[in-house]
Amino acid sequence: MNVGDWLLWGFGATVVLTTIMAASHALGLTRMSIPYMLGTMLTPDRDRAQPLGIAFHMANGWLFSLVYVAAFHSFTGPSWWPQWGTGAAVGLAHAAFVLLVAMPMLPGMHPRMASTTAGPRGGRRLEPPGFLALNYGMRTPVAIVLAHLAFGVILGACYRV
Amino acid sequence: MHGRTDIGAHALIGDGRSAALVAADGSIDWLCWPRFDSPALFARLLDAERGGRWTIAPTEPAVVRRHYLESSNVLVTSFRTATGRVSLTDLMAVVDDRERPQPMLPEHLLVRRLRGEVGEVEVEVVFEPRPEFGRAAFRMRDAGVLGVRIELGAQLATLRSHVPVQIRDDGSATAVVRVRAGEVVDFCLSWDGSAPGVLVEPGAAIDAIVERTNAFWRGWARGVTYEGPWRSAVLRSALTVKLLEYAPSGAVIAAPTTSLPERIGGDLNWDYRYCWLRDAAFTTCALFGLGQADDAAAFCGWLLHATRETLPRVRVLYDVFGRAPVDERELPELAGHLGSRPVRIGNAAADQVQLDVYGETIDAIAQLAIHDGAIDRATRKLLRELGDFVCGNWRRPDQGIWEDRGPARHYTHSRVLCWAALDRLLDLHTRGLLDGIPVDRFAAHRACIRTEVETRAFDRRLGSYVDALDGHGVDASLLLMPWYRFHPWSHPRMRGTFELMRRRLEVAPGLWYRDERAARVREGAFGICSFWAAEFLAAGGGTLDEARAQFEATLRHGNDLGLFGEETDPVTGAALGNFPQAYTHVGLVNAALAIAERTRLESTRSREVPRAPTPAPVLAAEGR
Repeated sequence: MNVGDWLLWGFGATVVLTTIMAASHALGLTRMSIPYMLGTMLTPDRDRAQPLGIAFHMANGWLFSLVYVAAFHSFTGPSWWPQWGTGAAVGLAHAAFVLLVAMPMLPGMHPRMASTTAGPRGGRRLEPPGFLALNYGMRTPVAIVLAHLAFGVILGACYRV
Repeated sequence: MHGRTDIGAHALIGDGRSAALVAADGSIDWLCWPRFDSPALFARLLDAERGGRWTIAPTEPAVVRRHYLESSNVLVTSFRTATGRVSLTDLMAVVDDRERPQPMLPEHLLVRRLRGEVGEVEVEVVFEPRPEFGRAAFRMRDAGVLGVRIELGAQLATLRSHVPVQIRDDGSATAVVRVRAGEVVDFCLSWDGSAPGVLVEPGAAIDAIVERTNAFWRGWARGVTYEGPWRSAVLRSALTVKLLEYAPSGAVIAAPTTSLPERIGGDLNWDYRYCWLRDAAFTTCALFGLGQADDAAAFCGWLLHATRETLPRVRVLYDVFGRAPVDERELPELAGHLGSRPVRIGNAAADQVQLDVYGETIDAIAQLAIHDGAIDRATRKLLRELGDFVCGNWRRPDQGIWEDRGPARHYTHSRVLCWAALDRLLDLHTRGLLDGIPVDRFAAHRACIRTEVETRAFDRRLGSYVDALDGHGVDASLLLMPWYRFHPWSHPRMRGTFELMRRRLEVAPGLWYRDERAARVREGAFGICSFWAAEFLAAGGGTLDEARAQFEATLRHGNDLGLFGEETDPVTGAALGNFPQAYTHVGLVNAALAIAERTRLESTRSREVPRAPTPAPVLAAEGR
């Protein structure tokens, strides 16, 4: 394993992924803000949640990039198959996991997120993302898939096996 | 035969995510699962034959009385026949998700508990589900001890009872049961869409569910701080608004129904199962005023979240998750309530331009900010963007607060709300809560709007403000000008406006049309406008006695349970429009709070000028 490349490009790809999601949020394509969602796991203070969430998300990105690196080492494919193609494929699978498994599971793990079966007790809680995170806007799955594709392609193109 | 029961003959039950309407004859005539805006499982209100219902009622003629259990949304209907008396308790199970351990329940559970009180009564049960407004093909299957099952794709509805039911070929299930004094018979209808169904055993398990649900509502109602002479009416309104709050997001929908007509036999039939930003400021004010700060904060949280996707523009209405409602379309297969067609789902008003929503949204957020004493960075940015948008767009014509589908006009109310938007932002700045706004620019636009309203929206000949710039009509929304602090309540121009409105819009004691057009097209009197009049009088536009008289006159138009629709037929007194209506109940609460505040002020012989019951008054610096 090329530790230097993993550290560098795992970080770089996470920065790009975070930027794409932040841009999608700022442009009104989605109401999803991953740093905010992660940060509010730790604090209800919106202003503090954002930087905490970004740090949390960067650490996650680094960690997840290990799965990509493992894929690059275990699957080289035919000579014409570029490594960024493997990265893109893992990125797609990653996005599918996020949309289909992680997001619907989040209300059960997040201390400040309501579930779709929440009782009417009131109080400030985050909305649940729902199936494909569609509760955060109809274009949310598109933004997530694009961000994870970019993550995988960057890692695949830059990481040297 | 079309929809049969009066709109106002219904009671509301719900679980914070969905709601059902129960008629006085024991029939559930409306239920949408799993969400308020989902397709209906029972829609008898819109079509007596195809809509579907679930009736539990004596086979003999009965005298019916009903009430909610004290401070609760648990409904009890009592049927007295020649042979005895039975009571029917209807509720949708709710759980406080802070409770540990959490009980295992289906996603939705509707409980109907029949109890013999006196003698013996024969009761018939008719269960006629018609999923997706009757359009979905389905099969009803008797699964023995597992109950009667209806599977719709991955979704499962299950009816369980110890009473044997007979399934008919027409997709209904029936039973006849004789209930003696002291006997209890339970019927449970559950719904699961995302996991294996949870089966609830009728009997002892239902005892706990009834008790837990009742305790939840009573606990919530204890937080309602209003203690005036109309506590029961205010409490019922508060509990109704709470039932219309979508718990997972904090959104408050306008009403749980679609296409209940504003004019019987007419086509003014709209889908109200969405959230209107127009209602934001009043709803927030009412929730804070009731002492339910958590609900006010949750609602504002939804508001901030919903508007983020389309900033700096905001839509007129959103669904419970802040998305655009589905496109408006008609359901031609449904006959409509008393032949009032078409039945519509979705709402095309979502795409209208209504400039007043900026004022209402900013006012609601300002109320929260003042309550919290702080505004986070993202919200400050949002407020600045909204202010910039108002500066660049307030001169445009729009569709106005009543969503007129005709040509856009320069409505006075919209102008005043643009003024209010900038006024609130400047006030937040003065309070040190909002930095980075172009103060001079906002103040200059605010002054321009005031000048235009004072010169072009006030008719000196009539001595009144008018509905639109250079217009001649009046509109009840003008009563809100002091609410948004454009003028003090007792301002001579407001008194003149009120008097003209009373002459032109008051159709009967306690009943006001929203505008003169409504009278021409035979719409009903608008519930919230009548409460606005009471609030206007109480807050300083009249005397306390006038306010009380106006309030009590309007209060008489609620149904036997204290529920109000959107409108009231001034001739028959029947409720019209979607039912029950959060906006009307919010108006009731705000009027009652204003009267309570005025009473308090007068009783302490204060010399202060009474003001609106907003949680933290935001006084404009100009024009006072």
